[in-house]
Amino acid sequence: MLEVKDLVVAYGKVRAVKGISFRVPQGQVVSLLGTNGAGKTTTLRTISGLLRPESGEVWFEGQRIDRVPAHKVVQLGLAHSPEGRRIFPRLSVEDNLMLGAFARKDAAGIAKDLQRVFALFEILKERRSQPAGTFSGGEQQMLAIGRAMMSRPRLLMLDEPSMGLSPLMMQKIMGTIAELQSEGVTILLVEQNAAAALELSDHAYVLEVGNITLDGTGRQLLDDDRVKRAYLGES
Amino acid sequence: MTASATTRQRAYNVERIVGLVGGLIFAVSAFFPWAYGHEALDDMAYFGSPSPLQWFAVVMALALINCLAASLLEPTLNNSTGFLKLLGRISKRFGWIRGARALAIGMLAYAVLAILAVALELNGLVNLEMGAWVALVGAGIAFGSSMMLPTGRAPFLERIPSYPVLEIATIALLLMGMLFASAYALSQEDGGTFLMVLVFIGALAGFAIGSGFGSWVATAGRRHRTVLVSSAFLVAFLFPFTQNGSDANMSIATQVLIFAATAVGLNIVVGLAGLLDLGYIAFLGAGAFTAAVLSESAFATINWHPPFIVVMLLSGCISATLGLIIGSPTLRVSGDYLAIVTLAFGEIFRITMNNLDGSSGPNLVHGSSGIPAIPNLNFFGFDFGQSHVVAGIELGRFANYFFLMLVIMSIIILVFTRLNHSRIGRGWVAIREDERAAEAMGVNVFGLKLLAFAGGAFLAGFAGAVKAHVDVSVVPDQYVFLESAFLLAAIVLGGMGTVMGVLLGATLLKLVPEKLRFMSDYRMLIFGLLMVVMMRFRPEGIIPNQRRALEFHVDDEELVEDVEERLPYEFVEFEEVPA
Repeated sequence: MLEVKDLVVAYGKVRAVKGISFRVPQGQVVSLLGTNGAGKTTTLRTISGLLRPESGEVWFEGQRIDRVPAHKVVQLGLAHSPEGRRIFPRLSVEDNLMLGAFARKDAAGIAKDLQRVFALFEILKERRSQPAGTFSGGEQQMLAIGRAMMSRPRLLMLDEPSMGLSPLMMQKIMGTIAELQSEGVTILLVEQNAAAALELSDHAYVLEVGNITLDGTGRQLLDDDRVKRAYLGES
Repeated sequence: MTASATTRQRAYNVERIVGLVGGLIFAVSAFFPWAYGHEALDDMAYFGSPSPLQWFAVVMALALINCLAASLLEPTLNNSTGFLKLLGRISKRFGWIRGARALAIGMLAYAVLAILAVALELNGLVNLEMGAWVALVGAGIAFGSSMMLPTGRAPFLERIPSYPVLEIATIALLLMGMLFASAYALSQEDGGTFLMVLVFIGALAGFAIGSGFGSWVATAGRRHRTVLVSSAFLVAFLFPFTQNGSDANMSIATQVLIFAATAVGLNIVVGLAGLLDLGYIAFLGAGAFTAAVLSESAFATINWHPPFIVVMLLSGCISATLGLIIGSPTLRVSGDYLAIVTLAFGEIFRITMNNLDGSSGPNLVHGSSGIPAIPNLNFFGFDFGQSHVVAGIELGRFANYFFLMLVIMSIIILVFTRLNHSRIGRGWVAIREDERAAEAMGVNVFGLKLLAFAGGAFLAGFAGAVKAHVDVSVVPDQYVFLESAFLLAAIVLGGMGTVMGVLLGATLLKLVPEKLRFMSDYRMLIFGLLMVVMMRFRPEGIIPNQRRALEFHVDDEELVEDVEERLPYEFVEFEEVPA
């Protein structure tokens, strides 16, 4: 569904991503793991058109998208829930969700998807007119995911959905991701919390300073000694 | 109730009674002469026969007494039965102390102003009579005691059931009141009197907002939007009929309308899309010059005189094109750069016009002398320069332009509100709040910014075309940076992103200097002070956009409580996440 080939992204002279290639097949959950500065967020931002690559290609459903502007990428069916959630704190929950559907014009479909998000996250329905900035971190994350869902994406990219959340809330978010997958949404997940991400992933790639150093199924990586040492805190 | 709470309750009652006495003193002072001579203000030299300004003092004092008495009697009423209990329950919904504070501040300002004005106009404090000093003492007592009182809970008058007839009648009465108040204020030749009338109106407005009546009216206005809008336009339409052919006031009113229309246009750029434009006046100028050059003035340099509708559209298009030229390279970068570039653009426009004089450049606008003797508009034989008598009232040249500006104003307001409530408006909100996130949502950030910028420029060009004919001549030096700053100040003062606020801000900024010409040397000083005070106490503007109010007062517990109360859920702190 999504294919990245030899992607190189640079900020000025500094190369953040140094020629990576990976694939996200339809219906799967694929994770990018790595520490701070490994280039995970840069990769996602390049795929969604917020950054331009220096070289390499990004293909989405048979179409090359690495030169397509961000607002067109959303229309193609690729949603990006950015790092740090980036909800609109002073807008109401409903306004936030409606902004997620900004690229669409089918009012009936939008209304239906709004109900779907409300069914997925009860709390959002209860507080639909409350300013989003008054929410706790976990609730904001639900809103961020719900907002990304509102563009009815075929591929959903989540950047660090567990950041700053309590373990309990993190479990809930991870559960939601699994639920979305069962509804047929393909997911590209970026996480620092390797254990939780690998549990869910059909396939995972480990990024280190701009290069993919390791890949395999979620199970394989969970059992890998290097991954255990570096990311799972076991010795 | 614990013992300590009871004593505190009693202590505040003492302050309430002291405040009541202050109000009473203030009211009584109106029946004594305030000034020794008859020339000061509106003749306050009589015993037992108050002048209009003194009657206003009585009205403020009575309102204050009402506030304090109601808050004093409230517990008693609530403990009684029947009708009195009902009164108590209604009274509980008012913010009496907040209203009293606004009134007391107004009274103090009123007394101080009166003393200053009398002293200035009659040369010396010696010309003050007993009454003025008594008024000052009364206002001081009322001010001190009302400031010591706790404000109590926020009023919630707007949450009573709706009575359509009552609401519509109130809206109609208020607008009629506004019509007569503005006509009365404008008819004051004396600067001091004008200022005191303004303070009086301001104090009453503060009382209405503080006590909760204001938000009740606002809710009523939202319920009966069509009634409100149509009667507001009716009132504006009737305004020239109150002036009885006075060209001086109608000239001011027309200039106010042009200024306000331009400010509402700028508000699309600044208030809705959040783009800081410091050279907006250049777009007004571009429209004015286009209209001047195409007019039938003997000094016009282009010998083509299309009908005015075409000229207006052309002016708009030329301004919009300039907007696109300035906007397309700069809107891609962040806000600060845009401010600098637009600031420079405003100056470049003025200097370019100065140089289009035949020696430094082609002779298009006669350089710094501009294009004079622009003839009046003529719509299908209707000459805007002629006076007309309608229903026995003479409507002069400026009244004609006033009506035309009213039509243009309604077009601009319509565009503003339509855009604000559309999908485009939602995109602008997203850009203003978080450009990066908006982009990730699929908002075409650059395209929407450009649309706001060019659209705002188009509307300014529209207004500029009329301005050329109203002003008779168009000169480059009318379009200096200071004018851009004033437009921006009108928006900040009135409230960003709202129509009503900007109308109010523009009216105040244009009207007050016109009426206070004797203080014109200190105009900028007073203006600067006013802005500093506003930024300190009410950064969101006089009539704020609700979302912006929250933005500026995140630490304001009362506002937060208020939001919390309107929404039936607990208020959770927004937790900052490290990037």
